[in-house]
Amino acid sequence: MTAHRDREVLLALAGVTCGYSAEAVLVDVDLAVASREFVGIVGPSGAGKTTALRVIAGSMRPARGTVTRRPGLRMAYVPQVETINWSFPVTVQECVLMSRVNGRRLPWASRAERAQVAQVLGRLDIGDLAGRHIRELSGGQQQRVFIARALLGEPELLLMDEPTSGVDVRLRHEVLHLLDDLNAGGLAIVLTTHDLNGIAAHLPRVVCLNRSVIGDGSPHDVLTPDVLERTYGASMQVLEHGGMPVVVDSYRREHSHHVERSL
Amino acid sequence: MIDELLRPFDFEFFRNGLIVATMAGALCGAIGVYVVLKGMSYIGHGLSHAIFGGFAASSLLGVNFLLGAGVWGVASALMINAVTRRRVIGSDAAIGVITTASFALGLALFALFGGVGGSFDAALFGSILGVGTEDVIAIFVVCLLAASLIFLRYRALLFTTFDPEVADVAGVNTARMDALLTVVLAGSILATMQVLGVTLIAAVLVIPAAVARMLTNSFARMLQLATVIGSVCGFVGMNLSYHLDIQSGPTIVLTAATLFAAVFVVTGATGRRRAAGITAPAPLAVRAD
Repeated sequence: MTAHRDREVLLALAGVTCGYSAEAVLVDVDLAVASREFVGIVGPSGAGKTTALRVIAGSMRPARGTVTRRPGLRMAYVPQVETINWSFPVTVQECVLMSRVNGRRLPWASRAERAQVAQVLGRLDIGDLAGRHIRELSGGQQQRVFIARALLGEPELLLMDEPTSGVDVRLRHEVLHLLDDLNAGGLAIVLTTHDLNGIAAHLPRVVCLNRSVIGDGSPHDVLTPDVLERTYGASMQVLEHGGMPVVVDSYRREHSHHVERSL
Repeated sequence: MIDELLRPFDFEFFRNGLIVATMAGALCGAIGVYVVLKGMSYIGHGLSHAIFGGFAASSLLGVNFLLGAGVWGVASALMINAVTRRRVIGSDAAIGVITTASFALGLALFALFGGVGGSFDAALFGSILGVGTEDVIAIFVVCLLAASLIFLRYRALLFTTFDPEVADVAGVNTARMDALLTVVLAGSILATMQVLGVTLIAAVLVIPAAVARMLTNSFARMLQLATVIGSVCGFVGMNLSYHLDIQSGPTIVLTAATLFAAVFVVTGATGRRRAAGITAPAPLAVRAD
């Protein structure tokens, strides 16, 4: 557990073990998240990244270990865009308003709620899309709608599952820059991703997970060949570029070298 | 011509039938929106068959039909809901087992102890003749319950229908929402069974929602449109039932199906693209890795 020395701890997982049947997906996981932190959880497919988010969010209970949340902690969850039913009849405004589920009981939005939705959408540069169906948006706009829905609940901790999966380089940077800005505004963020170099460039803290925590710290401390090999079970090289670690697949380097030599 | 159209209104049984059919259409239209968007169409279909078992048992035991079939229906609904949420076996298989077994039990009870006749046909295909004041009160009560649920828990129901996992994190008791919706669905089927018949209720749940989906991309408007479309189909279908001398269930369903075909043609590719979503399976489970 690192990076919460001077800040209030929002939640802490201690010795958490859990799974979906007899087989444990997470084993003895310790992880703490403090206010205003920006944490990226990386690991191979099946490593337990989404499960860890579910445990943090409280939608899944650990078989062993404890999850401690600061009383009254407001969390919001942004799912993978691949899991969204894009054919569902819902406009951007209706989608964003869902997060106001615990407030006003009446179906229609109050004037104050409409103003709050407009303010959040404007902040995310999608203010003119309130009446559009969610499928009629670009990939970046769709991601922003679900971030807007999360922000309307005024969370202190934002959980995002694979926000950069299946998106192009431009959109990946757009999403990560947006999250940078939100974090700079005081929002704590925990996200899962496969994008090692994206988080090395944007996130101050990386957690390498493969059923248990293999490494936890700054990208420089954690993204090392040894930790990455223990996390992914594959050899990787870590280069330095512009002061940031850049992870390179060793197989590709060796393979391309072999191709060059054979030519 | 006008006199001929208004003649059935002289009969109390028709007036009762018309009230029940119109309210049943509105009720099924509104509940059907949640049913189709949650991918519960098969539950609606299966539940109507399950309630038939309760109908048979209560009529043979001399118990009030609404009470006997109601208890049976709510029990089946909660059982289906529990099995579906547990995901031990496929929900379609679980629904198939529970509901067809209940339907088969109803058929077996009728075969063993008699009872085949008017009430049997009415339960299967709907009949205007059996509609009494008791049925009007029953549909009114269920409409009131459904409207209260939708009005007071609109956002929680929408969130649960669209994105149950995130709704859960946001503090919505999604298990309770699912249970409430399933119980209201069972109540709707029970209250409309007399007019629509168990074999045709599923169509009235699905068609108004499908037509509404072709006309709008907004959930709120879809809910309003499906309610209006369902009630209009119930009203028109019931009148046609009298004048064409065909059972009420088939005429209401055929009226709705005709409207579906018309809207399908008029809205063209846009409507078909919108409606394609409602035949899709329930929203994908979040990949757990």
